[in-house]
Amino acid sequence: MTTETIPAPRPDAGLGDGPHGGFGGLLRAEWTKFRSVRGWVIGMILAALLTIFLGVFTAANVGIGCSVSGGPQKTGRACLPYVPHGPGGEVVTDSFSFVRQPLTGNGTITARVTALTGEHVNPGGGTGQAGPGNGVPGLVAWAKAGVIIKQSTHQGSAYAAMMVTGGNGVRMQYNYTGDIAGMPGSVSAAHPRWLRLARSGDTITGYDSADGTHWTKAGTVRLAGLPSTVQVGMFATSPNYTVTQDSFGGGAFNSGPSQATGVFDHVSLTAASSGTWTGSRIGGGEGPTGPGPGGGQPPAPYARTGGTFTVTGSGDIAPVTPGPGQGLPTATIGQSLAGAFVGLIAIVTVAAMFFSTEYRRGLIRTTLAATPQRGAVLAAKAVVIGAVAFAAGLVAVVVSIAVGVPKEESNGQVLLTSSVPTDVRVVIGTAAMLAVAAVFALALGAILRRSAAAITVAVLVVVMPFLLSALHVFPVGIGDWLLRLTPAAGLAVEQSIPRYPQVTTITSPAAGGYYPLSPYAGFGVLCLWAAAALALALIALRRRDA
Amino acid sequence: MSAAVRAQPAATLGTAARGGSLRHALRAEWTKLRTVPGPAWLLLGTAALTIAVSAAVAGATHCPQDLACPVDTTKLSLTGVQVGQAVVAILAVLTVGNEYSSGMIRITLAATPNRLVVLAAKAIPLAALVLVAGAVAVSGSVLAGHLILPGHGFTVARGFHPVWLSYGPTLRAACGSVLYLGLIALMSLGVAVIVRDPASSIGVVLALLYLFPIVLAFVGNAHWQHRLERWTPTIAGLTVQDTTGLRSLAISPWGGLGVLGIWAGAALVLGALVFRLRDA
Repeated sequence: MTTETIPAPRPDAGLGDGPHGGFGGLLRAEWTKFRSVRGWVIGMILAALLTIFLGVFTAANVGIGCSVSGGPQKTGRACLPYVPHGPGGEVVTDSFSFVRQPLTGNGTITARVTALTGEHVNPGGGTGQAGPGNGVPGLVAWAKAGVIIKQSTHQGSAYAAMMVTGGNGVRMQYNYTGDIAGMPGSVSAAHPRWLRLARSGDTITGYDSADGTHWTKAGTVRLAGLPSTVQVGMFATSPNYTVTQDSFGGGAFNSGPSQATGVFDHVSLTAASSGTWTGSRIGGGEGPTGPGPGGGQPPAPYARTGGTFTVTGSGDIAPVTPGPGQGLPTATIGQSLAGAFVGLIAIVTVAAMFFSTEYRRGLIRTTLAATPQRGAVLAAKAVVIGAVAFAAGLVAVVVSIAVGVPKEESNGQVLLTSSVPTDVRVVIGTAAMLAVAAVFALALGAILRRSAAAITVAVLVVVMPFLLSALHVFPVGIGDWLLRLTPAAGLAVEQSIPRYPQVTTITSPAAGGYYPLSPYAGFGVLCLWAAAALALALIALRRRDA
Repeated sequence: MSAAVRAQPAATLGTAARGGSLRHALRAEWTKLRTVPGPAWLLLGTAALTIAVSAAVAGATHCPQDLACPVDTTKLSLTGVQVGQAVVAILAVLTVGNEYSSGMIRITLAATPNRLVVLAAKAIPLAALVLVAGAVAVSGSVLAGHLILPGHGFTVARGFHPVWLSYGPTLRAACGSVLYLGLIALMSLGVAVIVRDPASSIGVVLALLYLFPIVLAFVGNAHWQHRLERWTPTIAGLTVQDTTGLRSLAISPWGGLGVLGIWAGAALVLGALVFRLRDA
């Protein structure tokens, strides 16, 4: 449009009315611009308030109701079953069928597994309960059966186990979160699996073998504080069967109990023990999976014919993860940040305008006359908007968690706690995510120059992918890729519970807080987008006349 | 900019003085919409984006043999409307917002002092254009679903309704979706008249479109879910696309579209009110 050129910096430039103090002065100039536009300040405050309001509103309304047959309607915490915690303090599932006897002192248990079969709910069956006439044969990937040494029969107590699984070969697992891979392949009569656990003090070593003579060490673990007398024996269990369906509008996940049956023979226990086997159902009926898949009356945990044990169980021995299919209403600190994406809309709107409005009234010419180094102007604006967004985000996140989490807990949600460093990462990371998104939108404003276009693009690429995949507007596959490739990947920084390989989890930002990318990778994707946009903005600023 | 000049055609002093005429105002607004490249691209974008998203979703959805799929094939085929509505909203906001950001609104109001006439003259061609683009978008989406879905296991033999306009509920869903886009345009226009600044208007409108669905996804409380499904513009409005499980809907399909109509009407009435009361 205008052809007037920006005067080159003269030697005496800056003596008169330019901002003093180099970059510091520039920062002050940009900060003054920001704080003196009432709409922008209001926009940022609104961003924080909306985040808090929405987070607390959803936290206060996650409540579930329940009624024990014949009893009064109950809500909130009264609905919760007993929730066991593992040795590491995390919330765990600990339900399985256990054929056991006490073991005092050191000893070794060996068993051969010749079959692992299972049954799970019919995904289209509707009622969500496996059982006679409703379940279909099939083994879920983490159905498991094997030998176990466990501190006691209390749910949540320490353990180590060697097991065959439905689809993940032989594993050695311990204390809920530990998982070591053993022999690959699935078990059958033609390809049996020999499993062995040897206890020495509080150290347990697992071995596996294909023939019972050549043994391979799977791993050695130390269970701190293991008492002298422990429970040792065979177990079987099978986690909820969860199927992801590409259906429309929220019904994307179907989940229901499953059960697994393991067949053991050549069982030997070398140690002083009572010699009689007892069948128990750990967490039976009270565990998160509720009554067994038999439909009310759980089947007997085991049957014995001569030296052959057939153990049937349902449940899991694993950490509880957020999301559907766990059968337990869970909450994480990330879940109380549901409002962050609304704050994001307000923040990118303000950030895009922070640059593009300079073009509307021609202020950009004054700005660039005062500071001809265009990179410095861009940097100063980025620092100011980033810092403001970070501060607003930090306040919003801290208040959302402080108010929202207790509300979720009092509404009967089981809070899945995470370590303090993780909590700090969620809080700082979410604020940083808002800041980087703001810088991204600012750069878009500089590239596109028009507020409306910049805001549209910013909202479309930052907020929309999250919305569309969280709402299951798209089939799960497309939604996952949106959350990997677009700037919305940055929201992954809100997830606080790690993904355990031994638990089948579902990517579902709205339902549980798992994103397809890990927190740092997702944040990295957003940073890459912001860096690319800044680079483009710098090129555009340098090449074009203002 | 240049359009502003051409939008004042060879208007004689006489026609300007009789400026209350809706016919002249309509012609002026139609000329503005026609001669600026933005609206044409946005309308094209609405249709293209809607069809592309619908086809992509239909293409990515399969129903394997052994699964019973609880899928509403018609609603699935019209998924693109949920993305296309954003473009429609932006178009509607810009028809008013751009006049405020360029100051042209003062010329418009000098030519046609009656503000209700100006608002009507903006709303009518906008709605007409959006309905046309919406009809193209929805027809393309239905065609895509019709061609793609049977090959992915959603066959009539397995109990799925055909995605075609000869099936009554699909026809209702298709017509309703076109009207839905028109009402979204009118609601966005009303918001833009109230907020005036185009950038802020876009933020507000996009929040209005997408905020409630996400709240619904997070809220577990059945009472609030019911309220949200019944009374929010996009969730209630999109029930017009439902063809299965109608009994479990929080509101009837046409009733849901009516709720969106109330939102659009309220935005326009409030917009007209502040338009009359405020200086430009």
